[in-house]
Amino acid sequence: MYDHDVLIIGAGLAGMRAALAATEAGVNVAVVSKVHPVRSHSNAAQGGINAALTDRGDDWRDHAYDTIKGSDFLGDQDAIEIMCREAGDEVIAMEHMGAIFNRDEEGRLGTRNFGGQRQARTFFVADFTGQALLHVLYEQIVKAGALVYEEWFVLSLIERDGECGGVVMMDIRTGKIEVVRAKAVIMAAGGLGRVFEPSTNAMICTGDGMSLAYKAGASLMDMEMVQYHPTTLKGSGVLISEAARGEGAYLLNSENDRFMLKYAPEFKELASRDVVSRCEQTEINEGRGIDGCVLLDVRHLGEKYISERLSQIRELAMDFANVDMAKEPVPIMPGMHYQMGGVKANVDGETGVPGLYAAGEVACVSVHGGNRLGANSLLDTLVFGRRSGVHAAERAKNTSHLSIDDSAAKPDRENIERLLLNDKNESFGKIRFDMGTAMKEHFGVFRENSSMAEGISKLSLIKERAQSVYVADKTNTFNTNLLFTLELGFMIECAETIASSAFDRTESRGAHTRTDMPDRDDENWLKHIVVSDKDGKPNISYQDVVITDWTPTVRQY
Amino acid sequence: MEVKLSVRRYDPESTNTVPHFQEYQLEMDEAATVLDALIQIREDVDGTLSLRCSCRSAICGSCAMRVNGEAGLACNTKVIDALPSDGTAIVIEPAGNLPVIKDLVVDFQPFWDQVKSIEPWLQPAGEEPEGEYLAPDEDMLHLAGVVSCILCGACVSDCTVLEVDSNFLGPAALAKAYRFVGDPRDDADGKRLKALNEEGGVWDCTRCMKCVEVCPKGVAPMDRIMSLREKVMDAGHTNTNGARHATAFVDSVRHSGWLDELKLPIKSFGIFNLKAMISLIPLAIRSQRAGKVPPLIHKNIPEVENVRRIFDKVENKK
Ligand SMILES: Cc1cc2nc3c(=O)[nH]c(=O)nc-3n(C[C@H](O)[C@H](O)[C@H](O)COP(=O)(O)OP(=O)(O)OC[C@H]3O[C@@H](n4cnc5c(N)ncnc54)[C@H](O)[C@@H]3O)c2cc1C
Ligand code: FES
Repeated sequence: MYDHDVLIIGAGLAGMRAALAATEAGVNVAVVSKVHPVRSHSNAAQGGINAALTDRGDDWRDHAYDTIKGSDFLGDQDAIEIMCREAGDEVIAMEHMGAIFNRDEEGRLGTRNFGGQRQARTFFVADFTGQALLHVLYEQIVKAGALVYEEWFVLSLIERDGECGGVVMMDIRTGKIEVVRAKAVIMAAGGLGRVFEPSTNAMICTGDGMSLAYKAGASLMDMEMVQYHPTTLKGSGVLISEAARGEGAYLLNSENDRFMLKYAPEFKELASRDVVSRCEQTEINEGRGIDGCVLLDVRHLGEKYISERLSQIRELAMDFANVDMAKEPVPIMPGMHYQMGGVKANVDGETGVPGLYAAGEVACVSVHGGNRLGANSLLDTLVFGRRSGVHAAERAKNTSHLSIDDSAAKPDRENIERLLLNDKNESFGKIRFDMGTAMKEHFGVFRENSSMAEGISKLSLIKERAQSVYVADKTNTFNTNLLFTLELGFMIECAETIASSAFDRTESRGAHTRTDMPDRDDENWLKHIVVSDKDGKPNISYQDVVITDWTPTVRQY
Repeated sequence: MEVKLSVRRYDPESTNTVPHFQEYQLEMDEAATVLDALIQIREDVDGTLSLRCSCRSAICGSCAMRVNGEAGLACNTKVIDALPSDGTAIVIEPAGNLPVIKDLVVDFQPFWDQVKSIEPWLQPAGEEPEGEYLAPDEDMLHLAGVVSCILCGACVSDCTVLEVDSNFLGPAALAKAYRFVGDPRDDADGKRLKALNEEGGVWDCTRCMKCVEVCPKGVAPMDRIMSLREKVMDAGHTNTNGARHATAFVDSVRHSGWLDELKLPIKSFGIFNLKAMISLIPLAIRSQRAGKVPPLIHKNIPEVENVRRIFDKVENKK
């Protein structure tokens, strides 16, 4: 058994930012991650990070309004204000720590345009911003000497009388299971992309954190809000960043028509993501697609510009679609990208469970509401990662460990033994694929009542099947087969909460678009859907949206 | 298309702990990557296969391994490009120069230790400015070429020096060191360059180019090491074997137009370094036997002035 003041689950941007803040506060901090920190999914972020810097003539209020409008007025405005106000400090802090960032002629940080915003306020490192920031935070963690349990897998949170007092985790390399006590646990375990097939997300994005927190008594919020990104490659689902459109790319249909001019005359290709994805899907559904895709065209930007600012994207298109974007347009389609919802947390990271905090994609402070703006997620991870770190450290200073011993690991040990003894023959790969395609079909860009009902019954069959997954690998050493099986359990739980939330929302808002109820209904639905676990079933309640200065209006781009 | 893969398997818990190759036959799409093939094996054929992978798009650095004997990322290597023309199997092995844990999973600890040893964090001087540090865009764009290193370990896997000398810092850590030395905001160059001048540092690279060839991100670690050598010497660290070797090399060519191989070790190690001199005796004897001892009298090449003119030109340009 190990003891720490603050234990952080996840070493992505949110987790490492939290770890730095908590370390600075002078408490004993450890981070646990199922992959080495630099392998975390934050490295996939290509486009950039938003901040309204006043010395660049920008105003955080404008950023806040763009975010609120982007969220289709489901975002909580008090939280959005905090995020946008603190954005500048966070970006500058990253620069001071060593992030290189592209510059302007004066050597100051340069910006690019991003979707749904009237100002160029996206700071970037070529098209690998996430990787650049993630590596810098890792460097700072090394410098600070914070302890990282690298390649340890969290199996469950330990909850006693409604409080969280630690975790049970497994050393992937040896299979050893340990209990770790902590006065505060920060959940920063990232998103759930793999619940959908295909997805832009890495294979490790399996919703572990949402499921773990949910089972420990925390609530999930906005789970129906699943972002489809407008530009993903067919088949693999690999992302072509919004940076391409930010730099001026066109979207074309089979008639070589820039169709966004018709749908969003002002913002065109740079309307909010939910809007652009719907327009593309409409073009495709109405027969103006090409093989289920539309085209992304950057040729007019010129080869030099493309290789300077979009080199990574160009490589991706070559590797995964066999297309040189400097010479031909690349076929793209909407693809699952981001979960706006997550573990319900306040602006200090506190969940409903004392001792448990949440930050980053796993959390829902509701700064993204119904639709996240591009480049607001990296910002969310840093701002709320830092705040959670500060507040968790504060709690740790004023509490003591719960009385927990090694027996807390018993249920997980038994569960793993049971899984290893399963001899029925369902493969986790097949089940995940079936779940993912069902989610795409019934909870994708367009949703509809009877289709969602069908999706829900498919899910319950899938849950049945998952009981009899066969784990072929019986060893203790790096048993990835066992890990996938455990992750499958987490994913199914997330899928259920998405499905039940989506089924419940009887309007269209943000990413949740129902063909049978196409209008936004502010009268009844300016509220969040909150799901909690009640005897193994999702139980739904509601919470009003926080509105400060901006009253909801018709959303046009 | 039909694809055969021969994958090196190793299970430390099995009674037979000798690594062996296992062959798999798959039906794959033309666009499939080697990683797709391995995932298909793991999901549909043989769940016991262990490997690391995550992003599928050459950014997380998890899936470096050897494909047909050369390191690379499984996720950006197309099956169709890796298929041997004689119809035999694609050979998949774990990354080299690191201990194998299981199947294709290697122990990265030595790699991280190397990276950590170069103090991999920005060390600026003085008070932080209120806003950002000002820095020219070109400098940052230049650094972006190194910062784009995803720490996948492909270079370390195939480094020919690490194969024989585990003290070498290795191409990835040295490229990372260059990233800080080259950063106009970093103020620890003095300390950094001094450390890089030590044994295991920049002088241990043999310039075999392997790291440049296998790097999936175009980081060109060896070029960074060569730049570091220059910076080390510019910083006045000329009194090590490596630096003296470089100076002696240049002096010899400038003077005679070609390399005086007899003088090179003397100048590199120092004539009074008896231990090093004695250690060279076996090499001298072997060279003698093979008829490879250079002439005792080192003559200038004809028209050596032209060589000297090249030197002048390069130096004036600096
Ligand atoms: C392709 C792509 C491009 C993107 N581009 C942008 C962009 O340009 N701008 C932007 O703002 N956002 C972007 N995003 C979104 C953004 O990258 C992510 O939302 C964000 O990085 C999430 O960070 P995080 O710290 O919350 O989680 P992650 O970085 O995903 O980290 C999660 C951590 O939790 C750990 N973990 C998970 N489960 C367990 C477990 N069971 N046990 C132990 N550890 C566990 C993991 O090991 C990992 O360290 C992009 C996303 C994708 C997929
Ligand atoms: S899977 Fe991430 S680099 Fe290959």
